[in-house]
Amino acid sequence: MTRVTETAGGIARREKFRGAGAIPGVVVLMAVFVAPLLFMLWRSFSEPTLGLQHYAAVFTDRTSLVIILRTLEVSVIVAVVTVLLAYPYAYLMTIATPSWRTVLTLIVLIPFWTSLMARTFAWYVLFQSNGPLDHLFESLHLGGLNILGSAVAVTIGMAQVIMPFAVFPLYSTMQGIDRTLLQAAQGLGARRHVAFARIYLPLSRPGIISSWFLVFVLSLGFYVTPQILGSSHNALLSQYIAIKIGDQLDFGFGSALAVVLVIVTGVILGALGGAAKVGSGATIERV
Amino acid sequence: MPASRARGRKPVVLTIVCTIVAIWLILPTLIVIPVSFSATKTFSFPPKGWSLRFYRNLFSSDVWRQAIIHSFTVGLLVAVVATVLGTLAAIALVKMRRRWSGLLNGFLLAPLIFPGIVVAIAIYGAYLRLGLVGTYTGFVLAHTVLALPFPIVTVTAGLRALDPNYAKAAAGLGATPWNRFTQVTVPLILPSVLSGALFAFMTSFDEIVVGLFIQDASFRTLPVEMYVSVTSETDPTIAAAATVVIVLSTLAIVGFHATRVVRRKGAARGV
Repeated sequence: MTRVTETAGGIARREKFRGAGAIPGVVVLMAVFVAPLLFMLWRSFSEPTLGLQHYAAVFTDRTSLVIILRTLEVSVIVAVVTVLLAYPYAYLMTIATPSWRTVLTLIVLIPFWTSLMARTFAWYVLFQSNGPLDHLFESLHLGGLNILGSAVAVTIGMAQVIMPFAVFPLYSTMQGIDRTLLQAAQGLGARRHVAFARIYLPLSRPGIISSWFLVFVLSLGFYVTPQILGSSHNALLSQYIAIKIGDQLDFGFGSALAVVLVIVTGVILGALGGAAKVGSGATIERV
Repeated sequence: MPASRARGRKPVVLTIVCTIVAIWLILPTLIVIPVSFSATKTFSFPPKGWSLRFYRNLFSSDVWRQAIIHSFTVGLLVAVVATVLGTLAAIALVKMRRRWSGLLNGFLLAPLIFPGIVVAIAIYGAYLRLGLVGTYTGFVLAHTVLALPFPIVTVTAGLRALDPNYAKAAAGLGATPWNRFTQVTVPLILPSVLSGALFAFMTSFDEIVVGLFIQDASFRTLPVEMYVSVTSETDPTIAAAATVVIVLSTLAIVGFHATRVVRRKGAARGV
């Protein structure tokens, strides 16, 4: 019956060690995640000599500038395409019956949990010359479709992989929109599409903005999809990093490129988190 | 759809657009299934004849069999390690003051938001120095870091949904803290722990970017072997491997949702 006569000291000690369970996880994360990242950061300043020469090179070297701009461009396009496709889909989820909503959710989640490699390989089969899409276009007399290795193939593949990240933020924003406002607007004489454009669209803007930026920032770091569906002529930043580190073992310059990617990602996600907190704390809570 | 009926019209255009989106999400992936049963060595579609030769090759060739064994072993080890670490961390998180738990939670989930390529080269750089490239230890540690967020999220949610009266009732009946934990809390949060373990396994089983860097020719996981076969060898066995992986993960995710629905219905009936 020691529990009943628990001393003040015992309680204080328990208070102090409430977080003790997290220690093993934190230790593993420190050793296998934080320490390697810090080591990478250090190498970007120190190999072969101490200084900022690699960072200067990132922003002056023609190749890396071209690749950074191309990465930004591809990510912007992927984000626009993905949000355009995700918006109607998330909207249908909000008005569907519960069982249809489950089906729609599963359709987004199954690809999310299906091996990225298997899905990218499937696009590879579809896009190859003499592949099914190529034959389909020929039989429709549209000329062949030979897009394996092009930016279009990369965009289509990336947008499919990244869809869930756009659908769920949009869905959670839309769920919070009071649909009776639409009926009110129509009751006051607004036509359906006017009511939608003037009432619903502005109310769903926080979801559009957060899903756009989320997709944009995730696209900046994509590696496997552009590597298999694209080509070395249109390499993205992640592929350039992989070449520098994996093929050339240039840990100084490759690490500097990676640090730049992390900073850009962090700034955008930080701004997004801050804006979301100020704008619609409720939305983030529900995600 | 009650809402659309209220507006007097079915959303026809919307449904068509969403059907196209749904097809684009699901159908392209399924093309690997017929291709995997092809009799020819090219990925032609529709196949010019059928055979099981790629499946035979998948399970008989040393390279592919090794990759499958590596993937399952690493995945199971990661599921165990990440779930134990994640469950302990989740218990700590719900006990801590909110300010600290927010910070700690953010730290533990950080691997999710870092670009995969950055995590990959950072770990690769460290592993090269430590001699962990192409080892079980290396893969299990790296995948544990990436999988850890999933059990933390599911178990934290499970613990927050737990009715504190159960533990209080057990305490009132004289259970020690340890017995309370093992006989009351653990059975109640077991579903969240198991789904955390499933997601941890799948994270490891599908992981490719870090795997590409920390692999060597003697130690590859299944996705890494698939990548190598697309980019350098174009070995058509990959179609069979992709089919197996797709079927497994679809079964896992559908099964997971099905058990949740059944459990919810059971709970509603008071079962």
